[in-house]
Amino acid sequence: MDEEIKLIDENGLRVDGRRFDELRPVRIEVGVLKNADGSALIVQGRTKILAAVYGPREIHPKHLSKPDRAVLRCRYHMAPFSVEDRKSPAPSRRETELSKVIREALEPAILLEKFPRTCIDVFVEVLEADGGTRCAGVTAASVALADAGIPMKDLVVGCAAGKVDGVVVVDLCDIEDKYGEVDVPVAYMPNKGLISLLQMDGILTMEEFEKALNLAIDGCKKIYEVQKAALKRKYDFTEKLKREADKSEE
Amino acid sequence: MSMVGGRRSLVIPGEIIVEGNFRAGLNTYLENGKIYSTVMGLAEIRGRVVSVIPIKSYYIPKVGDIVIGIVTDNSPTYWQVDINSPYMAILQVSDALPRPIDPAKENIRKYFDVGDVLLAEIALFDKLRSPLLKANGRGQGKLKGGILVEVSPAKVPRLIGKRGSMINMLKKELGCQIIVGQNGRVWINSVNEKLIDLAVKAVKIVDEEAQTRGLTERVKKFILKGKEKIDLESA
Repeated sequence: MDEEIKLIDENGLRVDGRRFDELRPVRIEVGVLKNADGSALIVQGRTKILAAVYGPREIHPKHLSKPDRAVLRCRYHMAPFSVEDRKSPAPSRRETELSKVIREALEPAILLEKFPRTCIDVFVEVLEADGGTRCAGVTAASVALADAGIPMKDLVVGCAAGKVDGVVVVDLCDIEDKYGEVDVPVAYMPNKGLISLLQMDGILTMEEFEKALNLAIDGCKKIYEVQKAALKRKYDFTEKLKREADKSEE
Repeated sequence: MSMVGGRRSLVIPGEIIVEGNFRAGLNTYLENGKIYSTVMGLAEIRGRVVSVIPIKSYYIPKVGDIVIGIVTDNSPTYWQVDINSPYMAILQVSDALPRPIDPAKENIRKYFDVGDVLLAEIALFDKLRSPLLKANGRGQGKLKGGILVEVSPAKVPRLIGKRGSMINMLKKELGCQIIVGQNGRVWINSVNEKLIDLAVKAVKIVDEEAQTRGLTERVKKFILKGKEKIDLESA
């Protein structure tokens, strides 16, 4: 590999031609899996993640149940074909951690006390990884939860910021994540203005950190609009009826 | 938002429905004078109460509800019944049969077996234990034959309609036996299989378009059209 990797070119553009505050194109589809109670697919640049929600349902083993609320269980998993070198399908240390991180990012949004003694299972399956999978995973999982009809205080959106070649940028791709300096993933509840996940890997000055956090939150707000549009598109029956009426007229 | 006065709009979890002097009804919460939705559904303002009718919902047992269950397991003295809910229900032998039986001598599987469809009532549910059923009332017990359709539990009130307008129309126009369980299961039976088919389609339309206006009339038209087709085919 070339030891001198230029992540920001002379025009200030990044490796994939984006500006520092530009997100990758995001697409979300709702209800892609038939057997799950709720599901969503997110495509963010070359990152592609499937999220499925099952429940609330009976919890097994029974002793894990909580008498006053539901238990949220989360599984983040990368498909063996999601990265360049085949990844062993066995859950790695990193995946176990990300499962916990995603669970803790979603937990404050869900009204778990509505379903005591049950469990809600969230599966986040990474089909193609190109950076920002934990954030995209949170985004997709919260859409899947909404699709499953699980009561929530707010949707949760994930978006990362970071520093590459000395510039604070938003929504890092895999190369920027690997060869850049800092990665700051953030999960955010846009209507409540609360942060439910904040990590930082690398060192930033106070000013840089604030800049990165604001960029990530701005990114979250933009992705939230995509989430909203995706959910509404699926369930807007007046639209659907109109479309059907148009079709029958033709 | 311009929906005061009964207009409904589609909302997602966390969306602000309205600000000001309102009270939070079903599936909403109030914070700092703003009312937020907690589910995906249709927001509605009636008087000063804001509520959301969910698109997908889960059946939470309520004492006295008539439900349609499917037997999933049996032990010497009780059956385990799936009532389309996050909670599994229990039906004790003493709450199901008219006379006591000796579990040591008789196997209860000869009354209800795994896979049987039951019409039962929620007898007890306190959120600490599994809901208890009873099935010894009139018309309760095993449902033989027919077909089972599932709709969203939130749509059950629409399927019944105001004072039973929708369900009575369906029964009258189709001449089928139709039983609606509060848990979103609908049992349909008739000697004419084509009519059952038509009834299933009609119920699906109600489930999908529950929130639209003039639904009863539209379903009625659909049934009349379907019946004409059946008559033509048999003639």
